[in-house]
Amino acid sequence: MLFTSYAFIGFLFLLVALYYVLPKKAQWPLLLLGSYVFYYFAGWKFLFYILAVTLITYVAGLLISRNKKSADARFSEMKELDKSGSASPEEVGKEARKKFKENEKSRRRRIMAIGITLALLILAVVKYTNFTIYNINGILSAFHAPKRINFLTIALPTGISFYTFQAVSYVIDVYRDRHEAQTNFFKYALFVSFFPQLVQGPISRYGDLSKELYSPHSFSGRTMERGFQRVLWGYFKKLVIADRILPAVNTMIDTPENFKGAYVFLVMMFYALELYADFTGGIDITIGIAEMLGIPVKENFERPFFSKNIAEYWRRWHITMGTWFTDYIFYPISVSGPMLKLSKWSRKHLGEKVGKRLPVYLASFIVWFTTGIWHGASWNFIVWGLGNFVVIMISQELEPLYRKFHKKVNTDGSTVYKTFQVGRTILIMSALRLFDCYRNVPLTFKMFGTMFATWNWNTLGNGTLLQLGISRADYVILAIGTILLIVVSMFARSGSVRDKLEKKLPMPGRWILFTVLLLLILVFGAYGQGYDASQFIYNQF
Amino acid sequence: MDELIEILKDIHPDVDYETATDLVDGKILDSFDIISLVSEIADKFDVVVSAEHMIPENFNSAQALWDLIQRLEDEE
Repeated sequence: MLFTSYAFIGFLFLLVALYYVLPKKAQWPLLLLGSYVFYYFAGWKFLFYILAVTLITYVAGLLISRNKKSADARFSEMKELDKSGSASPEEVGKEARKKFKENEKSRRRRIMAIGITLALLILAVVKYTNFTIYNINGILSAFHAPKRINFLTIALPTGISFYTFQAVSYVIDVYRDRHEAQTNFFKYALFVSFFPQLVQGPISRYGDLSKELYSPHSFSGRTMERGFQRVLWGYFKKLVIADRILPAVNTMIDTPENFKGAYVFLVMMFYALELYADFTGGIDITIGIAEMLGIPVKENFERPFFSKNIAEYWRRWHITMGTWFTDYIFYPISVSGPMLKLSKWSRKHLGEKVGKRLPVYLASFIVWFTTGIWHGASWNFIVWGLGNFVVIMISQELEPLYRKFHKKVNTDGSTVYKTFQVGRTILIMSALRLFDCYRNVPLTFKMFGTMFATWNWNTLGNGTLLQLGISRADYVILAIGTILLIVVSMFARSGSVRDKLEKKLPMPGRWILFTVLLLLILVFGAYGQGYDASQFIYNQF
Repeated sequence: MDELIEILKDIHPDVDYETATDLVDGKILDSFDIISLVSEIADKFDVVVSAEHMIPENFNSAQALWDLIQRLEDEE
């Protein structure tokens, strides 16, 4: 059931109505039921996967929490016994207590490791088995071996990358004592399956989401209005912009031999716009729906294309995924015992400068490799991830040079320089995204190369643009839609646009504005005959 | 505490660490800085700041970081 389907609108309407009509204590069970109904429509077989991940991480969390409680109680008891002198120091003294604490902690660490390994194993099997077979076959063919392994027919369960990461973060956070484990299995199941964010995030943390998810919510016209506004804005981005530009992108990438040079640049720009409108639109719908239910969900974007550099872009694009990788992969790897040892060793043998960087760069490499492969089981995504790593490392290494430049040339507050930085971010990110578009890595490099080798900019004006699958009217709508997108982003620089509207525009005005937006979606949304409201790009990750 | 401020100054010389209270939330320290910091702290104070301590609250000010080091030293 896609967010853009009529069935979903009906489902949502019914669910929200029931949510506020039924007694408050039925609200979270209703959400659980609704979430499973929603997921059932993605494919009934997929229910087994989500149930397995939920059960594994629920049990792991519970065992860790129980161990922590009993270990803490025993620790206090040992302290008391030591104080009163009623037991020997070998049994309850400081050293014994320290050892006890360490032993219990490593027991909890083992439970955590088993829990997250099992959960990730499911993800690994369904997502990466065929990719592994593909690579093994590649090796076999390189060695001219006659044998090939057959691919398995495994469907990738919708949203599995998102809910597995969410469930894994829960187990780690229980281990890190950020919060207690949820003892009620059904409540925990709701955290994993909460339908608005099930298929494309944001990847919420239990500590952030749980309180509001289970607490009763009274109907509020204001919350409903704000949620509805956000949902509408999301549909506008998805249906009016992303889905309208999609045919043009597809035409150009499906027959790359016909669209070289300037058209690769066009793919870069069009796909950047499509992905932005698609993904942020989907998240707007998610956050808006959750808001209508009285549940705040963390923001996933902060106007990323206004970033000064790529590192900043990644702090502002798909934020919950970025922080997930930082908290659960980057930090643990970079401060792990072996990494600190490596740092010490390299400082001694390779000098202070290299020693300091080595662990950070190594951890970053692993993070970007994982980020790439998380997006999809293909070399395209891996190279895309590593491309980001290379760009960030280069900009890190160039930092002293930038500092020197800024000492000589004052760019403080310079709009020209800021525009240059933003333009650079957009170009680099869009160029890297070409790996999302073309069939394979060599083709992507080749097509990128044609941008410089094939000079065919003059053909842009000869009518080819109108043969990409979108009409003149589509271009006009896209241009207006994009301008609107940029204007709203500019307004959002100094805070929420909805807050500003609420303050400056009285109720009737706001409703007129949003009715116009609704009409725009209905009239200009890319659906109906000839169009098929397409799946969200991130649903496939 | 002075030693800690020195380490911090090495990373960003132009920040007033006596008064700053939003080093992470204000995006003054990024994840790269935090890793350098942890590695320096391990060297100078002989305490291990593990991943579970890496939350903004522990790194938002020099004082918060100092308190964390003290806590870890007590645990040792």
